[in-house]
Amino acid sequence: MALDSKIPEGPISEKWTHYKDHINLVNPANKRNLDVIIVGTGLAGGSAAATLAELGYNVKAFCFQDSPRRAHSIAAQGGINAAKNYQGDGDSTFRLFYDTVKGGDYRAREANVHRLAEVSANIIDQCVAQGVPLAREYGGLLDNRSFGGTLVSRTFYAKGQTGQQLLLGAYSAMNRQIGRGKIKMYNRHEMLDLVIVNGKARGIIARNLITGEIERHSAHAVVIGSGGYGNVFFLSTNAMGSNATAAWKIHKKGAFFANPCYTQIHPTCIPVSGDHQSKLTLMSESLRNDGRIWVPKSLEDAKAIREGRKKPTDLKEEERDYYLERRYPSFGNLVPRDVASRAAKERCDAGFGVNKTGEAVYLDFASAIQRYGKEQAYIKGLDANDAKVVYKLGKEVVENKYGNLFQMYEKIVDENPYVTPMMIYPAVHYTMGGTWVDYNLMTTIPGCFSIGESNFSDHGANRLGASALMQGLADGYFVLPYTIGDYLAPDIKVGPISTDLPEFAEAEKNVRDQLNKFINNKGSHSVDYFHKKLGKIMWDKVGMARNAKGLAEAIDEIAALREEFHRDVKVPGVLDGFNQELEKAMRVADFLELGELFAKDALHRNESCGGHFREEYQSEDGEAQRDDENFAYVAAWEYKGKPSEALLHKEPLVFDNVKLVTRSYK
Amino acid sequence: MKLTLKIWRQKNAKETGKIVDYPIDGVEPDMSFLEMLDVLNEKLINKGEDPVAFDHDCREGICGMCSLYINGEAHGPDRGVTTCQLHMRMFKDGDTIFIEPFRAKAFPVIKDLVVDRSSFDRIQHAGGFISVNTSGNTIDANTIPINKKNADDAFDAATCIGCGACVASCKNASAMLFVAAKVSQFALLPQGRVEATERVLNMVNQMDHEGFGNCTNTGACEVECPKGISLENIARMNREYLAASLKG
Repeated sequence: MALDSKIPEGPISEKWTHYKDHINLVNPANKRNLDVIIVGTGLAGGSAAATLAELGYNVKAFCFQDSPRRAHSIAAQGGINAAKNYQGDGDSTFRLFYDTVKGGDYRAREANVHRLAEVSANIIDQCVAQGVPLAREYGGLLDNRSFGGTLVSRTFYAKGQTGQQLLLGAYSAMNRQIGRGKIKMYNRHEMLDLVIVNGKARGIIARNLITGEIERHSAHAVVIGSGGYGNVFFLSTNAMGSNATAAWKIHKKGAFFANPCYTQIHPTCIPVSGDHQSKLTLMSESLRNDGRIWVPKSLEDAKAIREGRKKPTDLKEEERDYYLERRYPSFGNLVPRDVASRAAKERCDAGFGVNKTGEAVYLDFASAIQRYGKEQAYIKGLDANDAKVVYKLGKEVVENKYGNLFQMYEKIVDENPYVTPMMIYPAVHYTMGGTWVDYNLMTTIPGCFSIGESNFSDHGANRLGASALMQGLADGYFVLPYTIGDYLAPDIKVGPISTDLPEFAEAEKNVRDQLNKFINNKGSHSVDYFHKKLGKIMWDKVGMARNAKGLAEAIDEIAALREEFHRDVKVPGVLDGFNQELEKAMRVADFLELGELFAKDALHRNESCGGHFREEYQSEDGEAQRDDENFAYVAAWEYKGKPSEALLHKEPLVFDNVKLVTRSYK
Repeated sequence: MKLTLKIWRQKNAKETGKIVDYPIDGVEPDMSFLEMLDVLNEKLINKGEDPVAFDHDCREGICGMCSLYINGEAHGPDRGVTTCQLHMRMFKDGDTIFIEPFRAKAFPVIKDLVVDRSSFDRIQHAGGFISVNTSGNTIDANTIPINKKNADDAFDAATCIGCGACVASCKNASAMLFVAAKVSQFALLPQGRVEATERVLNMVNQMDHEGFGNCTNTGACEVECPKGISLENIARMNREYLAASLKG
């Protein structure tokens, strides 16, 4: 099967407009006869559900949480990009497009990224109209800050809770439609299979997580907005329930899975504290606007700090190595995430780590407090040489900007970051890979769409900060509502899809068999036992730096672990009731397959690009070496019975508007 | 640390529950409260017993999924945190800890420590929105400047995570703080003023319908709120409600 990305003809800046002008539309009366299932209610799924319901479609939305408001988009902190150019600092649609393609290390599809940049400005208008309280300046206008990998200030924010505020905006739009009966909401439900009838996605099998009932739901199209698969690493900044099951089930039913090896390891997370650790906590990238990252210059000082004989504040300026500022003078602490993460790992591997485990670097706000304090002292007419006054004023500014993040850090680590620098270390955060989709956001299964983090399309091999929120809302509010209409237009006469069709019965039987197998398996270890083992293999061999030998080992080890899991996992509790262990077992079974494909993809990609770093492909000074001649393509894998048999399809990436160069932030 | 946990166990919504004792050893101060429960559950599973069901998801204090009434306080003894952000360093060796679900008529127990908070969602369906379509055909975001103080106050109200600690802490199981936070967020913004009258009437009506109690101004909700939502919001909602009632 040849991949057709269905990119419209014409100049890049006219493709989307031209496309919208020529697609099929469904008239309002007919929309009432069309049902759409949406799985996941984060920024992508939630915004899509609200918009499709407003247009008149009958929407059924599903989430595994107890309310759509709890989807993990809520945890996004820093901000959302939009090419508004409110700051007049030279931003434009083209620049946002260019930065995103470059930031993604030239592995994203140009047409999709340009469309994203085009609709970005509208997202901000929309959210403000919905009552999302974005940060404002004293004049009453919206404020911006800058984020990694860009030279302009285009990021809109709501303190360190931007994701929360945007998600609550989408949730409020959903609520309006739920109240009108246009969205039927299924909380505490998990999709466990896709139903395909005559080659088209026509429904899902879902489990009611409270009663354990297996339910059949039909529709004319199915939209997956279930997020990323970072929890394949066990430890990540994802929520505990974040899972790949919906995305993996559609993969097994025919949707190609693209670039699974592109994973974002976020540089500013709170370091691991012990074996009991259940998840990792991100500290927003926005902190790198004002925080300076460093380790001691000498190995002796690093050792003394690790052993508690010295404190970071004991070290003088000249004894510190601000390694990002040293290596990348033009971007400094604001280099993209992949670059910052690898640089931290490099220093820690060389023995300069600063916590007990040797896996932490400092993020220091002392100079920001000084700078802001002096500025405020001038504004207020106070003595800018009075250290106490300056510290107090500067601390207030920092508190105002990042207060909730500092509080969060202090609660977890038990240290006051206003006094002593924060400690941070990279952690798995986001997955750029995902289900392959064409320009319409449709997978290789007709009628099955994938939006937000669950698709692969916009971020290439590395996502820039504040772009995930932008993509989720762009897909849901502004892109899918057009593209799905084009798909559904011929379906207006089909009528309701019956759930009595044999395809539903068969899918339901498969789901029941899997659940029964787990409940009746008399194994000896818990689900978490296996999940942690998988996470360790992934982090050690498929993590921040990979090599052919380690990847080949990982593939074998994951396959063996998967076999052991199915033989020896122990799932207590009942089938027909609330059972959190059973939920986890179903999810981990899918991670154990996805992990292998992930490693296989990483092994086949003989280059370093973005979040995928192969030790064999680096320059003398440790920078990533891309191979555009051989790898400028999307790797889309087709399921063939098991992950090891997955068949590779290539979508060549054509760059007509951006020149491929070595990505440099020096 | 060695602790004695006294945990509410309830098989499902229909059966009655009871407190069961669980001794636990090897608890480290750096563990979060939920990680301590993970350790307990791992032991229970290995012994062939049913693990304790509790709600949780993001484990960084923002999703609002985790709950728990710990030693008589919603989200436990620390201030300004959710249960997932509570660390065991708040307890000492030998402590006995009571762990119960959030209790309210409008939050029925599903299993053990898991409760059904969909009544909160239904209050939001009744009016927790601004009626604009998401088509994108709106005015430029900077067309209406908003006074920074109002914008900041709206933001503070909007940080509510909908966890239900306010209800669990209130002797009347009142949801006033939760409802007031949403009413306030919109009442403070020009975009939200347009429907302010209908919104407050509809949301308060739904709140009463769900079986939440009345507010008697004890202020327990504000003390236990992990996000520090202020009582001022309740005062603002009362003013909005009064004005709306007079308009009819």
